[in-house]
Amino acid sequence: MESPCISMDTQTEIGDEPVVTIPPLPLTLRDTSENQPGTTGRRRTVIESARGWQFINVAELWRFRELLYFLVWRDVKVRYKQTALGAAWAILQPALMMVVFTLFFSRVANISSGPIPYPLFVYAGLLPWTFFSTAVASASNSVIGSERLITKIYFPRLSIPFAAICAAMVDWGVAMGLLAALMLWYGVLPPLSILLLPFVFGVLALFAAGLGTLLSALTVAYRDFRYVVPFLLQVWMFATPAIYLNTVSGVNGDLGVYVLNPLNPLVVSFRAAVLGGPLPWTSLLVAAAIALLTFLGGCLYFRRVEDGFSDII
Amino acid sequence: MRPAIHIDNVGKRYFLGRQAHAAYRTLRESLVEMAAAPWRRLRGRLDQQPGEFWALQNVSFQVQPGEVVGIIGRNGAGKSTLLKILSQITRPSRGRVVIDGRVGSLLEVGTGFHPELTGRENVFLNGSILGMSRREIARKFDDIVAFAEVEQFLDTPVKRYSSGMYVRLAFSVAAHLEPEVLIIDEVLAVGDASFQKKCLNKMEDVGKQGRTVLFVSHNMQAVTRLCQRAILLEEGRIVADGLSAVVSARYLRGENGSSAHRVWQGDTRAPGDEIARLRSVRVVTPAGDTCESLDIRQSVGLEMTWEARLPNHRLVPNFHVYFEDGSCVFVSPECDPEWASRTRPQGIYKSTAWIPGNFLAEGTYFVGAAVSTMDPVDVHFYERDAVAFHVLDRLEGDSVRRNYAGPYPGVVRPMLQWTNEATFAS
Repeated sequence: MESPCISMDTQTEIGDEPVVTIPPLPLTLRDTSENQPGTTGRRRTVIESARGWQFINVAELWRFRELLYFLVWRDVKVRYKQTALGAAWAILQPALMMVVFTLFFSRVANISSGPIPYPLFVYAGLLPWTFFSTAVASASNSVIGSERLITKIYFPRLSIPFAAICAAMVDWGVAMGLLAALMLWYGVLPPLSILLLPFVFGVLALFAAGLGTLLSALTVAYRDFRYVVPFLLQVWMFATPAIYLNTVSGVNGDLGVYVLNPLNPLVVSFRAAVLGGPLPWTSLLVAAAIALLTFLGGCLYFRRVEDGFSDII
Repeated sequence: MRPAIHIDNVGKRYFLGRQAHAAYRTLRESLVEMAAAPWRRLRGRLDQQPGEFWALQNVSFQVQPGEVVGIIGRNGAGKSTLLKILSQITRPSRGRVVIDGRVGSLLEVGTGFHPELTGRENVFLNGSILGMSRREIARKFDDIVAFAEVEQFLDTPVKRYSSGMYVRLAFSVAAHLEPEVLIIDEVLAVGDASFQKKCLNKMEDVGKQGRTVLFVSHNMQAVTRLCQRAILLEEGRIVADGLSAVVSARYLRGENGSSAHRVWQGDTRAPGDEIARLRSVRVVTPAGDTCESLDIRQSVGLEMTWEARLPNHRLVPNFHVYFEDGSCVFVSPECDPEWASRTRPQGIYKSTAWIPGNFLAEGTYFVGAAVSTMDPVDVHFYERDAVAFHVLDRLEGDSVRRNYAGPYPGVVRPMLQWTNEATFAS
């Protein structure tokens, strides 16, 4: 029997915690300038029915930039809560991978890494890959993971997958610190092409954001993607020269292969940018174009279906 | 003056059973829709489609700046849908809403609280989710914490908070939101009684400060106390808009003009599930007449007609009686020995609970009707405020009151059996 009793008593107890009498609410307007209608731009909200395709709401995302910041901050904070090592895990994860791959591939399988020491080679390849796979995986699940928020409050929904991507960037930034340390240890100086790193990483992030946003929206309607994405990423890793040297298609080699896997030139370029080596220019630009298209397509699709999220999530 | 909220012909359509074939439907439908969208816009209307259901239809009203308006209606009348549209959580299928000013919507307290984060961290996270800027939160931080009285637990993860502390902190953040237009749901009135009271006080304060408030509630007392104006929704349409006292009286009276008799027609609207379904609820005299106000000395029957739709269930009809101030007078499960611990064959049952005369006090009583299965507990339906009736004392001298006409406290006024043992002074 349900008994939704709403009584107006003043004193009751919740569990063992006596409810303290709370003084009247401090709802006074302390900073009147902020609330005075007319002094600051009065906000106007228009809510309308079915819209067609919408472009990315850049202005609104900007207005909610602090929310984006707090969502990223939450993701980063929560990830290492109640762990003894804390943020060190951001370094330890790729570092341990590096050790494992070094032992197996370099020592046992004797895979060549060219002139660069294998640990450095594999770490520089794992960094962009780990960023990409973490970003895509967490972005895909981000929207369904935010069900409570979506059904209770309004904010630009694109903030959710974007926050997941940004949180992955923070981890990537921390892991970059270890790369710098490794390079010092092996006495490898960064070449001039390091100046290209922001561009290469920008393309990588754009690609991850586009794919993650697309998958996050698809996952809301079709939960199948929760199982598809990890599998896809697993296969994708072996198709990407993160842990091996790309000798099959050469540096600027077969464009067809690059178009099929834009991560191929991205990982190769990333490694070349930090450790030196020839850059696959053509395919890098092709990858940039693919990343841009993926980003636009992912965001457009997301914007198209976001209105339905609260009804079907 | 330009209205703070302008709602123009808003409708919201849902497709029943969409969940079940979500993947199939959306994929096919979205492709079809993409192709048909330009044509539909030309025709300027939405097609009737099978399985569609309008949760809101042709809803239009305006709210002036500084007005406090209550939205009332029974379960399923479209209140929550309207609230979700105004909060921009879901979009209307047609129509347009314009809100002027900074909007704050509170459908629950503590949205976005993360159990792993500390109290301090959650204040910032929740504040920014509610639309406060970081500077604004920092400026109000001390007030928020002082109000919630959790100073010494600020750096403890909120998962270790007691439920009282959690709710206080969450509520405190919400209370420091300073929007020009506040849209607020009665789910805020969960938790303990003192918290509910605080919500009501807060609403009162907000109203006094000249902000615009839209308040959804089941609690007629709260609505009449806080709002000058109320809007009554029934089956997704506005059926009354006016003085809150008048509109809430209309709500309590129901569709057939009597608060003491309600009938549910058709199968889809009636409360119930595949096991039991409600047909009607009535307040009756021993002679079998429907009776809206009764003499305090008279006994009264609460009658529900319901349908047992599947055999082999031990179904227990029960009534929940509330006094006008919202306090629960009693809950009475059926105790007819004939049906005690027996399963019910399929059929229509008319179950009546008799309240003796000289038992209830004067005032208005609201009756909720439910059918449940005990052990394990399962509620097949619970229709709150299904009917209401008034109890009057004609002051003819033979009630508990006798001839005393002054204020008389108590939600019940039973005529008890008294005995005396006297020792006489000799």
